[in-house]
Amino acid sequence: MIEFRLPSLGADMDEGKLLEWLVKPGDAVKKGQIVCVVDTAKAAIDVECWHDGVVHALLTEPGTTIPVGTLMAALRESGESEAQAEERLAALKAKEVAPKAIAPPPAAPRVAAAAPVAAARQRISPAARRRADELHIDLAQVAGSGPDGAITILDVEAAARAPTPAAKAAPTPPTTRAEEMRKVIAAAMARSKREIPHYYLAEDVPLARASAWLAEQNAGRDITERLLTAPLLLKAVAVALERTPELNGYWRNGAFEPGAGIHLGVAISLRAGGGLVAPALRDVPRKDLDTLTHELLDLVKRTRAGSLKSSELSDATITVTNLGDEGVAAVFGVIYPPQVALVGFGRATVRPWIVDEEVRAIPVVTASLAADHRVSDGHRGGLFLAALRDALQDPEQLAKGRP
Amino acid sequence: MNQDELKRIVLDELTAIAPEIDTSTLVADKPLRNQVDLDSVDWLNYLVALHGKLQIAIPDADAAKLTTLDKLIAYCAQKLGI
Repeated sequence: MIEFRLPSLGADMDEGKLLEWLVKPGDAVKKGQIVCVVDTAKAAIDVECWHDGVVHALLTEPGTTIPVGTLMAALRESGESEAQAEERLAALKAKEVAPKAIAPPPAAPRVAAAAPVAAARQRISPAARRRADELHIDLAQVAGSGPDGAITILDVEAAARAPTPAAKAAPTPPTTRAEEMRKVIAAAMARSKREIPHYYLAEDVPLARASAWLAEQNAGRDITERLLTAPLLLKAVAVALERTPELNGYWRNGAFEPGAGIHLGVAISLRAGGGLVAPALRDVPRKDLDTLTHELLDLVKRTRAGSLKSSELSDATITVTNLGDEGVAAVFGVIYPPQVALVGFGRATVRPWIVDEEVRAIPVVTASLAADHRVSDGHRGGLFLAALRDALQDPEQLAKGRP
Repeated sequence: MNQDELKRIVLDELTAIAPEIDTSTLVADKPLRNQVDLDSVDWLNYLVALHGKLQIAIPDADAAKLTTLDKLIAYCAQKLGI
């Protein structure tokens, strides 16, 4: 029998609310398939199952809030009979104290929860979800007009303006989503500062070649094919990490565990109501710049539309935060546990820079590293920043993919 | 499509990217990115969304000039021939 449990989708998550199941007993599940949607303090997440199997029993009711690690469903392995699975499940239930629901299911269950599983789930942007909470709107009664029929904040506000008795949902929750989000971020960051002996380094990186190369590439392109600086910086981080693997991975059970691949968590602000998430761009070193630009745009869009996958939230091996567009000179980040490093970029500004004993005006960005002293030290961190700087001096090479 | 419909689409797509804004407070002849918190990815996603919705080509060279709502709407109107 395969145990499907609520995964941790980051250090700032210790519980989640099951919104809906996308499978039912008897369904065959393929490895990587999205089987349910779970709401965290930050966003609704599509949760994948990592085993092939057949759904034997769904053990968590939609609308229930459960701790990370809770047994949510049992799947039969190939060759396992229903009777065998039932016996194993009963044994497991007897051994395991039934996890207590943290909050009771809402008095009026969502219509969608009772209905048979729809072909595609309703997309709801995080902003719309928050606004619906504030306005006490039952999202099951709202029609979506966004991409893929997603419910947007405009739809929620329209529903609020045309009040029907049915559209009014349960009474106000004790805390708003914004408050809940600040609480979980604060808990994760306090844990980071308490447990991780951070050290910080910074390096100014000249971007004259990178900027000139990007301008040249973009000159003939349409807006849909435009290349951005941000993904070029991400690629440079990934390439530099190959030289200093001790910055890429996790601190778990008192030891460093290298990352299986270089997956960059990209800090993305959730806008309305504040907060941020850092979903992963996977296998960055081998991807070309066109692919990375496309994937970054898509990731930002899906983060805001509320359609991130659980693997994207649990895979990142390091985080990169780019506050350049907000105009800060530099950022020194707080490491996101169990990761062991965080790279920050400030704003690329034209500064006086000495090239061949002459002062020139060129764009320069300040790159910073916050890293975990339990795993690396300033010498290795310095080598990382030097490799990052060097990689950005050959943008054409950096932009290429690898087979 | 007329000017009013175009303006509505331009503002709706902006709200889709930045749901927290109140579009009635935007000053149409002042730089948009100073009024709305849009980073380079948001801005590109916004222009790509407009390109998709209005079916107009936006060469990268033009994108940098579209700094205000007025300029953006005038540019789209010209491309659409309205």
